[in-house]
Amino acid sequence: MKLRFLEVSVGVFVLLGIAALFYLAIQVSNIAEYRDRDTYHVVAYFDHIGGLKVRAPVTVSGVRIGRVAQIVYDPERFQARVTLAIQAGKNYLPADTQASIFTAGLLGEQYIALEPGGDYEMLADGDEVLFTQSALVLENMIGRVLTNISGD
Amino acid sequence: MIEFLSGLGRSGLHWLAVLGRASTFLFRVLLAQDAVVRRFRLTLAEIYSVGVRSMLIIMVSGLFVGMVLGYQGYITLVNFGAAEALGGVVALSLVRELGPVVTALLFAGRAGSALTAEIGLMKTTEQLSAMEMMAVDPYRRVFAPRFFAGFLSMPLLAALFSAVGVMGGYIVGVGLLGVDSGSYFSQMQAVTDWHEDVMSGVIKSIVFGFVVTWIAVFQGFDAEPTSEGISRATTQTVVVSALAVLGLDFILTGLMFGDM
Repeated sequence: MKLRFLEVSVGVFVLLGIAALFYLAIQVSNIAEYRDRDTYHVVAYFDHIGGLKVRAPVTVSGVRIGRVAQIVYDPERFQARVTLAIQAGKNYLPADTQASIFTAGLLGEQYIALEPGGDYEMLADGDEVLFTQSALVLENMIGRVLTNISGD
Repeated sequence: MIEFLSGLGRSGLHWLAVLGRASTFLFRVLLAQDAVVRRFRLTLAEIYSVGVRSMLIIMVSGLFVGMVLGYQGYITLVNFGAAEALGGVVALSLVRELGPVVTALLFAGRAGSALTAEIGLMKTTEQLSAMEMMAVDPYRRVFAPRFFAGFLSMPLLAALFSAVGVMGGYIVGVGLLGVDSGSYFSQMQAVTDWHEDVMSGVIKSIVFGFVVTWIAVFQGFDAEPTSEGISRATTQTVVVSALAVLGLDFILTGLMFGDM
């Protein structure tokens, strides 16, 4: 009787602990993304990436289709080289797609918005997004506004 | 002056000797781990006393820590109009830091001190020597199952703590303060990464379980065989475990999230 109680309670304990891990995995973390693991990589060069970070979302029409996989500085082009990991099931980006860095909300994080073009050819793994628009830097904008005002 | 220097040297040598004894002890306990499977009933009883009976305090603390996090996070975030981000704040702080650390501290107080007192008393009443006289290896019979039980229980308890804490944050954030339930969880999933955050927390709790159990069992084994010695060893267990957990947490956090 005593042993049985021990066995049952230890079993319940271990099961509860594993259930808690599952709960953390499924409800709390983004493990669902690991399910569609096959992604293909597309490269985009930006003059200025603002506050873009690795793992920032990549969206089309506001729908998330991937994440930023890597950001490095390319010393030959003097530009930031951003690698985008796009879910392989959504292979519908025309070759003349434009990539822009936008900000979600006022204080929000920055993300990459893709706007599909009209080309019949699609972007494949390793291709480069030719048309990019850099992040808006607030100081530059204010500077431009000030020179416009003083120019009048 | 010479007095001071020699005192410094003496305490340094003392701590080195303790560290050496602790390392040989750990080595012998790890060598004796085959007893865990062979004498599974002993291990079962230890998991019961170390893990199952810590469950209640861990879950209650987790619930309250989660509730406080939800409340405090809401008060700060609502100033920036970002109360929807509450889920992310609660989940990240629980999964990365508070879950493993608070669980380890509670675990040291609840289970570690009990382990030390039990083994220390066994030593004082010469049960360990008696076992050796009967050709029963105390490493296999006493230390290995206890060590394994603590090592196994700690990650499970930390996972329970975090999960219950997330629910506590939900109760306060969504139930009382009116954050939208959908955005609570979607924010949480947006910022919490399975590998980077959850698994790092699990690794942390495994390390803490190892260290706290090691300290607790060793302090019992190394205690002076007097009633005063046991009380000192029990205190030492809690103090040294707490310091070790906090220091290790700093190092592990630096290693895991250093490049962010």
